[in-house]
Amino acid sequence: MTYLYAAYFATWAIHIGYAIYLIGQYSRLRDEMKDLQSRK
Amino acid sequence: MKRLFPVFGLLTGVLLSYALYLALVVAPTEQTMGDVQRIFYYHVPSAWTAFLLFFINFVASVVYLIRRNMKADVVALVAAEIGVVFCTVVLVTGPIWARPVWGIWWTWDLRLTLTLVLWLIYVSYLMLRRFSSSGQTPQIAAVLAVLGALDVPLVYFSIWFFRTQHPQPVIGGGGSIDPRMLHVLLINWAAFSCLAALMFWSRYRLEVLKREVEDTQALEALLETPRGSR
Repeated sequence: MTYLYAAYFATWAIHIGYAIYLIGQYSRLRDEMKDLQSRK
Repeated sequence: MKRLFPVFGLLTGVLLSYALYLALVVAPTEQTMGDVQRIFYYHVPSAWTAFLLFFINFVASVVYLIRRNMKADVVALVAAEIGVVFCTVVLVTGPIWARPVWGIWWTWDLRLTLTLVLWLIYVSYLMLRRFSSSGQTPQIAAVLAVLGALDVPLVYFSIWFFRTQHPQPVIGGGGSIDPRMLHVLLINWAAFSCLAALMFWSRYRLEVLKREVEDTQALEALLETPRGSR
């Protein structure tokens, strides 16, 4: 059962890690867009 | 489309939870391997989803090479990135399954090696996209993607034509599977395909926005440059 849970945990860790990466990219982009708008 | 995103996200969450319940509770226990065989419900759908995404990357790269269509370029990039995520799941869950069943984490068996090569090809593709500043990067990456896609059928058919440590395919390869296990497998594949679609949607929007911001920044920098220094 340890191996089974390890595999399922690893799968979700990879997917959640990727989702966190995407959220980070979105927030960085939002900041850049705000910066561009403030300069107009 | 923006309003559909949370609804689709919610439905995907429900489907993934249901698929997890089926995999851990409802699916029958395999007689030889026991509960560890349930890794199958995550390992195989992840591999199928990765293959599908690499196929999308291949088609989009061909379209880009023929028409120089920027949307096709974005689709190719996004499909490769999410394909690598799913291929990583395959390469991580495979050894975790192999250890209790084969007694080893890894062997340089044809299918395992070709899957690792496939992952490395698409990681190289993403590195090229990330770090190359050449104007020809999309064309070079598209050629790499077309060549890299040749590895997908090699990975898939390697267990048909060669004797390998990896088990035979459960569908269409002469192998047999309990119908209840097949049902759980297909529900899990549907759930992971929805998750991949959700990731694709988010990443596509992100890439389009990123390119718009980069274009605006480049235009601003050009306008701010004093005439004499141009």
